[in-house]
Amino acid sequence: MNWIDIGHISDIPLHGARVVKTPVGCVALFRTGEDEVFAADDRCPHKGGPLSEGIVHGQSVTCPLHNWVFDLSTGQAHGADEGRIGTYPVRVEGGRLLIDGGAIGKRSAA
Amino acid sequence: MTQKLVIIGAGMASGRVIEHLLDADPGAYDITLFNAEPRGNYNRIMLSPVLSGEKTYEEIVTHGDDWYAERGITCRFGEHVVKIDPEMKVVEGENGHVPYDKLVIATGSAPFIIPVPGHDLPGVISYRDLDDTNAMIEAAAKGGKAVVIGGGLLGLEAAAGLKERGMDVTVLHLTGHLMERQLDEAAGYLLRKDLEARGITVKTRASTKAILGEDRAQAVLLENGETLGADLVVMAVGIRPETRLATDAHLDVARGIEVSAQMQTSDPDVFAVGECVEFNGHLFGLVAPLYDQAKVLADSLLGKSNAFAVKELATKLKVTGCDLFSAGDFAEGETREDIVFRDPARSIYKRLVIEDDRLIGAVMYGDTADGSWFFGLIKDGTDIEEMRETLIFGPAFQGGASADPLSAVAALPPEAEICGCNGVCKGQITSAIEGGATDLGAIRATTKASASCGTCAGLVEQLLSVTLGEDYAAPQAQPVCGCTSHTHEDVRRLIKSRELKSLAAVWQELGWTTANGCHICRPAVNYYLLADWPLEYRDDPQSRFVNERKHANIQKDGTFSVVPRMWGGITTPDELRAIADAADKYAVPTVKVTGGQRIDLLGVRGEDLPAIWSDLNRAGLVSGHAYSKGLRTVKTCVGTDHCRFGTQDSTGLGIKLEKHLWGSWTPHKLKLAVSGCPRNCAEATCKDIGVVCVDSGYEIHVGGAAGMEIKGTEVLCKVATEEEAVEVISAMTQIYRENARYLDRIYKWLARVGLDWVKAQIVDDLENRRLLAERFALSQSIYRKDPWAEHAQNSATRAQYAPLANLTLEAAE
Ligand SMILES: Cc1cc2nc3c(=O)[nH]c(=O)nc-3n(C[C@H](O)[C@H](O)[C@H](O)COP(=O)(O)OP(=O)(O)OC[C@H]3O[C@@H](n4cnc5c(N)ncnc54)[C@H](O)[C@@H]3O)c2cc1C
Ligand code: SF4
Ligand code: FES
Repeated sequence: MNWIDIGHISDIPLHGARVVKTPVGCVALFRTGEDEVFAADDRCPHKGGPLSEGIVHGQSVTCPLHNWVFDLSTGQAHGADEGRIGTYPVRVEGGRLLIDGGAIGKRSAA
Repeated sequence: MTQKLVIIGAGMASGRVIEHLLDADPGAYDITLFNAEPRGNYNRIMLSPVLSGEKTYEEIVTHGDDWYAERGITCRFGEHVVKIDPEMKVVEGENGHVPYDKLVIATGSAPFIIPVPGHDLPGVISYRDLDDTNAMIEAAAKGGKAVVIGGGLLGLEAAAGLKERGMDVTVLHLTGHLMERQLDEAAGYLLRKDLEARGITVKTRASTKAILGEDRAQAVLLENGETLGADLVVMAVGIRPETRLATDAHLDVARGIEVSAQMQTSDPDVFAVGECVEFNGHLFGLVAPLYDQAKVLADSLLGKSNAFAVKELATKLKVTGCDLFSAGDFAEGETREDIVFRDPARSIYKRLVIEDDRLIGAVMYGDTADGSWFFGLIKDGTDIEEMRETLIFGPAFQGGASADPLSAVAALPPEAEICGCNGVCKGQITSAIEGGATDLGAIRATTKASASCGTCAGLVEQLLSVTLGEDYAAPQAQPVCGCTSHTHEDVRRLIKSRELKSLAAVWQELGWTTANGCHICRPAVNYYLLADWPLEYRDDPQSRFVNERKHANIQKDGTFSVVPRMWGGITTPDELRAIADAADKYAVPTVKVTGGQRIDLLGVRGEDLPAIWSDLNRAGLVSGHAYSKGLRTVKTCVGTDHCRFGTQDSTGLGIKLEKHLWGSWTPHKLKLAVSGCPRNCAEATCKDIGVVCVDSGYEIHVGGAAGMEIKGTEVLCKVATEEEAVEVISAMTQIYRENARYLDRIYKWLARVGLDWVKAQIVDDLENRRLLAERFALSQSIYRKDPWAEHAQNSATRAQYAPLANLTLEAAE
């Protein structure tokens, strides 16, 4: 894998998200209350809601437009709603956020 | 011939190595032991009891001088090793060389010092060895203030020790809860409460900017500008493997010295053990794995085969009276399930994490008696499917065949306490049931169980259901959401009566079933807390809907709309020009006049928000809160200023009201209007609060709406002066803020409590009206501020609006 350093974990608010622009579209990085970080598409499969603006709870995020809830580790919608969001490999090492360049369509710069 | 073994570092790991080695074959090696500290091996983990005064240094020494002498070990204590030469196989100490056949590096780790200005001032101490401990004891003897940077194991033990010794102690911690690597939020909250109860001040999300002082540390400056006086500063933010010798000798070093499962480094004659090593990507900071390593290393040195493997670890904090236990992995996940048990009255919290019928993590606070049993299940990967229902109750409840979730309650002895607040035990409740009580209300009335804090209501209901069987019908009050069985009213009442002042306090004390709520309860509870404790509570932006977090309305395409405030609907040519300029500059596609007498700029990109706000701020415009569950507009007509029918200055009163109420957060949006006469051009009779001016004064209306439902107002009262009108409206707003459910407009809430009740509170009871208005003013002293300015001017907040990174731009290759 081709890990790209995109910032520090503290750049994302606790229980919040930030967006990374990538060749495959906007990818949202979510930070949970337990300081886990997940990367997933910033687009809700329902009507394209910006998931990075949603409320993060447990390991889930609620879309701000119509309240669909997605599991951040699998991308799967909760409950009765159908659909899933793409998720991407992300690692935190020494506080740095590393995202897999291969998965987000970015050629290695090294 | 006996081989020469040199060991660098007389710490906890090498101490064990020597013991194992001598036990197995006392004659195998001729040992030389270096130690930078001027003493041999002592039990480092007992430094905390030494600091707090529970033990003396002599009591924690594991190997005294005699011990080494009897075993013929050459000790070079107080001497640093400065170099290793693997080619010549010699170790260079400060006082001369020693050749070796085999070498063991056991240099442990060095405390990490944050390189802020002032970190090297006298009075700044790390916490690693006896000298540090003695320095702290000496400093504490003079009393005064101590600031401990770092709320992990070490920092908290230091803080508790210094407090024991009479210092005034503050702990600073970077993240949101203490010991975040070992504890979840709920347990972290209980730990904080325990520490605070013993007089230690805890500040979370506190980032140190500098240590201030002339010749020695005098104060700590935080990133947010706060300064804390300090006679002593203890840095306990982390440790780093001490690898310098190995790096200089060109051994393989990653974060620690890399070793094989035999504890061998990249040089076959050099071994390493303890905190200085890295194995398979793992570093070590607790003694249990080091002891395993020591056994393996002794075997390797004796030519026996053995291999080190990483095992699960459990953590405990050695602060007397703080009972906590944490083991394994307790993060949440799709395939994982949580079992949570809370007994708020006794400050007990237990959480088990289960995956594929195995226990993989456990966090416990308050009652850790079963910790080792749970830890055993984790380590052994025991299949827990059979005992799942009763697992949380510990080993005492296992063994029976029943898997009925109620069986644990059924199995409780009659003297088991159910309601901690009122000291009601199971027997009293079951006899009340036998005496005819069939629901929670009846139990409350007859035994007082669950009548105070109410958190044992669940247990009481289980008892009812166990005792009455099918005759019991569970109550149907609507809970806030799936995370709790409490209603909004209960949550509001309990926040006040139990003085809960943080989200974590609510989750813990009210028995939330999720770790940190969901999108339904978080905004509600966040609102309740800020409405009830304006001075103490700090608003949590992450518990707000995006509109309020970003201070703009989100539109269906993900863009935002920006609405500046126009006090009472009045504006000026300069303001209009500024709005027009902003619309041009940020290519705003739609400019619309709203129903609330303001101008809406629709279609602004999220990234542009801080910039457009600072442009508008410069022209004197502030946020219109068009997005908020708070005061929106005060619509006015032209009144006596221009209209021939006007009886009073409706525009002036509207502006006065808006300036008084703006920025206040309410359960739902709050819209006002003031009309200058009963012709009602400002449509005041379909607003949450409306004023209709008449010749003799002001008629105050409440409970109108023109949204999903259309409702005319009812008259609350009539007053003679503007001052009275403002006071009644403040009191009305406040009583709504303090009592309504989140997301109830005034009319919905009135339907529940009745207009007569409100009249009794604020029309008839003048003293109460005044107190309500005062509480409103107090809250406004904190919340009446322009959020746009705050976000546009604070560079850290401003950064949140921009993408974290842009990977679409390929670097030039
Ligand atoms: C206050 C405190 C409380 C703790 N509480 C716990 C606890 O409750 N539970 C737990 O499991 N762990 C606890 N720990 C951690 C535990 O003490 C360590 O994991 C353990 O001591 C590490 O053992 P070690 O042999 O690798 O290193 P150490 O015990 O640190 O020994 C390393 C030795 O090497 C010496 N040295 C370093 N460089 C050189 C050199 N160049 N030349 C000569 N000598 C050198 C050092 O002076 C030191 O004496 C605690 C630690 C501290 C400081
Ligand atoms: S409400 Fe009365 S005072 Fe106000 S503009 Fe209409 S007619 Fe004139
Ligand atoms: S767009 Fe996400 S829920 Fe509708």
